[in-house]
Parts: sequence; C-alpha cells; structure tokens
Amino acid sequence: MADVKKIATREAYGNALCALAPKYDFVVLDADLAAATKTGIFKKQYPDRFFDCGIAEGNMMSVAAGIASTGKPVFASSFAMFASGRAFEQVRNSIGYPGLNVKIGATHGGISVGEDGATHQCNEDFATMRSIPGMVIINPCDGVEATAAVEAALLHQGPVYMRFGRYALPIINGDDYKFELGKGVLMADGTDVTLVGTGFMVSVCLDARELLAKEGISARVINIHTIKPIDKDILIKAAKETGALVTAEEHTIMGGLGSAVAEVLVENHPAPMARVGVEDTFGRSGTVPALMEYYGLTAENIVAKAKEVIKRK
Amino acid sequence: MTEARIIELKNIANKIRIGIIDATHAAKCGHPGGSLSIADIMAYVYFEKMNIDPKAPKAKGRDRFVLSKGHTAPALYSTLAHRGFFPVEDLVTLRKIDSYLQGHPDMNKVPGVDMSTGSLGLGISAACGMALAGKIDGKDYRVYTVIGDGESEEGQVWEASMFACHYKLDNLCVILDLNGLQIDGPITEVMNPTPHDKKFEAFGFHVITIDGHDFNAIEAAFAEAESVKGKPTVIIAKTTKGKGVSFMENSVNWHGAAPNDEQHAVAIKELNERFI
Repeated sequence: MADVKKIATREAYGNALCALAPKYDFVVLDADLAAATKTGIFKKQYPDRFFDCGIAEGNMMSVAAGIASTGKPVFASSFAMFASGRAFEQVRNSIGYPGLNVKIGATHGGISVGEDGATHQCNEDFATMRSIPGMVIINPCDGVEATAAVEAALLHQGPVYMRFGRYALPIINGDDYKFELGKGVLMADGTDVTLVGTGFMVSVCLDARELLAKEGISARVINIHTIKPIDKDILIKAAKETGALVTAEEHTIMGGLGSAVAEVLVENHPAPMARVGVEDTFGRSGTVPALMEYYGLTAENIVAKAKEVIKRK
Repeated sequence: MTEARIIELKNIANKIRIGIIDATHAAKCGHPGGSLSIADIMAYVYFEKMNIDPKAPKAKGRDRFVLSKGHTAPALYSTLAHRGFFPVEDLVTLRKIDSYLQGHPDMNKVPGVDMSTGSLGLGISAACGMALAGKIDGKDYRVYTVIGDGESEEGQVWEASMFACHYKLDNLCVILDLNGLQIDGPITEVMNPTPHDKKFEAFGFHVITIDGHDFNAIEAAFAEAESVKGKPTVIIAKTTKGKGVSFMENSVNWHGAAPNDEQHAVAIKELNERFI
C-alpha cells in the first residue's frame, strides 16, 4: 500500500469548494476552524464568499439557514462534534425543519481524529443526524468520492450532512468514478458474506476481504457512502445472495450504519449480521493506527466477525 | 405620520389583538400575553414600514421579518391575515390538526412567514443570515426581527449580536419586546438579563429605547434605525404584557394560557370599545 496515493477527505472538501466556486453561486461559513476543516483553501481564493462566524456554531447554523432562505446555498463547516453535537438543535430547527438548502461540512468525524481524544472524536453524528427528517447524510470513503459528493450535495435541494475525516486515506476509486446520491457501491463481489463499510472502513473492508480470501472465504464489499437515505436494494440483494453481513463504521454501533442496515434487513430479509464499530464507549487519545486497533476497527476484527456470522447462517 | 394615520394604525393593532384573542380562544391554548404586547409594533412594521406584497410573499427584494420569539405566532398570524396574506377567518384554526397555522411559525406552510421559528435564540441568527445575504447580493431590503426579553437569556442572542455587529449589518433592525415577564415570573427574578441597553451597546449596536405602544415613538425609532449606517440597531420597546385586555395586562398567568368562553367575551368587548 506504500505507493498508494493518500489524501484526507477534508482536504478534498476544501479543494472541491474551490473547484465548484466558478460554476455555482454559494457561500461558505466556518466557526474558527477554517485551517482544519480546509475551508481555509476556499477562503484564500474566494475571500468575498467566505464568512467566519467565530466560535459560535449554533449561531452559524441559524445564520446559514437565514442565508439559504434567500435562495443562496450555504456550506457551513466545523468539526463533526460541534456541527452535529453542539449545534444539533439549530441544525434540526433552523435547517432541518424548514428544509433549507444548507450543506453541513463536518470534518474530523470518528475516532481517526487521533490524539485530540474523546471530546473531539465524534462517534454519534450518523445517529443524531439520521433522526432529523429529510436530512441526507454522506460519508465518503476517499478523496475521489469526497470531491464528487460535494457537488452532488450542492445539486441536491435541501439539507445535507457530509462527514469528512482528518486522517489521510488511500484513494480507492478511479478518476472515472461516478457518485450517485443514495446508491451503495459494489466495490468487490463475493458469495459467502457481505462486508458493508462506510468512510474510512471501506478500505479496511477491502483489506478484510483479502484476508478472508486467503482462508477460502468469498466476501462481497459494499460501500455505503450515503447513510441516509440508505440503499435498501443493494443490502437486501446482498442478504439474499450471501446470507450474512458485517457492517463496519467509525461510529458508535448504536444508531449509525450498523443500525440502519439492521433496520432494512429485519423488515425485508433477515440475515445473520454483526456490527463493527465503537462499542458504546468514548474515544481516547492515541495515534490513528493505535486507536483503530484499540477499538477493533481493523481488518482482523472484521474477519473474525465475518466468520462468526457465516456460522450463524 | 398624520394623526389620522396613527388612528388607523391603532385600529389595525386593535384588530390584530382581536385576532390573537379569537385564535387562542379557539385553540384553547397558545400565548396571548406576549402576542398582545407586540401588536402595535406588528401593526406599524407590516402596515407602514415593510416593503412587502401579500400577492408576492416570496418576492426576492422584499423586506424580511423574523419572529424570533416564535411562541407569539398569534400576533404574526393575525397581522399577516389582516394584511391580506391569508383569510382572517382562518385564524381560529390555529393549532388544529388540519390547519396550516402551526403553534409556532412555519415558513413552508404560512404565506408571509419568512422563517420558521419557535426555539428561542434561533430567529435572530437567521435574521442575521438574511441581512448578510442582502449585503452579499447588493440588495437594499431590510430585515426586522422581534426577540423577547426572556429570550435574551439565550446565549445565542449574544452570539448573533456579535455576528451582526462584526459584519456591520446596518440593514438589520432588532426589536426587543421588553414586557418584563417570562413563564416563571419577572425577568429580573428568573434570570436577570438587564440592562439590555448597555449590553447591546457594548456589542456594538445603535440602541434606541421607546414606549412600544406609542406610534409616534415607534415611527421615529424605525426611521432612526434606517438612517444608522455601519452597525445594526436594536429598538428596546418597553411594552405591557397582555396589553389591551385588562385582566391579562402585566399578568404572568397569561403568558401561555388561552381565554375560556367567558374571558373571551369580556376581552373582545373591551377590545371592541378601544376602536377609535
């Protein structure tokens, strides 16, 4: 993997905003984290279309709603913890309830924030944002997907929550990649089990698939970049064809991808499944590889869970 | 304004108050006290000040109004209805299951409502966003927002105030309904947010304090607000909660309670006697 190109999805977000700026009318807000969320790249190139709101995320979300109400789309950025946590109620009531055209660019999602530790590692945003009617949630798996997702979010009429990561991830999609909002992506086919990943965990699922192959187990890998609305068809098809599933996400196992997949299966085609994720605990400081290991967000853990669900068929 | 116009506005405000009483009576719940306190300001803003057209409620260049103290929706609905945005007869459907008149204003359901509000502190921020958008687009519309004195205990009001002053939103006019009462009692006893004037001034606002029931003072304040450049204005309007209905005036009990049939009859009789 050493020669694989890596880029953090937050970096792709900042670059995508710049690339879209000449083509579309929108403004960008941030809450004193432009250097980290990478909206700073946009600020430098388009200072007249960038507005810092200071460390006041709640106000920023309601301001974004006000701007959007005049017909101008807005990207509002902060860390996932503050965008979805601190400002939850503003996102719900100012943006979600009126269905305003605000795109929330939430960076530093999940455990891969790293050394900053538990207060800044947001493992709850899929759960909270999923509970808001009409909210679209996108969690891209690499820089290519992130770039495409930003434009798709802008073209979608209504609120979108995009989660980006701090940590550089391998590019696993080709330049010809086409992003379809709400559509899962079949990354690799297989017959014995399906590994359903999102974001960071998609490449980890692909690693797990290789490990399983060595043991003679054929695993399908699906990338769910749109957590909501989730692609039911691809999941039901996988349940029917492979008979067992493992979900993997950088998020609490409660209310995120694992829960969303379970909801689809239990109502349509129940199948043995297991959830890999943060298991009802807070994060902690550490390097990203150490944290992924500590919380079981590894290919090895996915392999173990895959064997377990296959046994339960 | 001529004396004749002031009389007209007083009568309009009285009609707005009757609509508030009829609507909350029919709903058997709602917030009449803080609705009555802003009726005169609502009459002035919607019938004298704002550049709006009931036939084109979404016109791009229109002035905007955000009722940040969204629980006083009956005042906004009654004002919009009398201004021609929807039938006055619909006011009595307030809060009913099949009505578009939600307990708190919904911009997607009610013609003339510029922002969905209800959760305190959020509306003033949205008004800031509208004002900023006007600046970005070089539009000359103005944005008005009414906040409550109890609402000023919300931290977001001050986040928004920082924002409004930082971005020199002189197209924004905040009206503080200083009626002195919130649900749990007098504002100074529950969680004293005073002095408002010094706080807003410190944040960078142009501050005007008036009697919120005096149309001459209201007119002068809004004219002054429009002339101030480089900073937003806050009009601190000293008002009487429950204004116009004797048994509701200055009573915390009427913050969130509706009149029964008997009380409704007395209130309507009193208000009818106020027409000039």
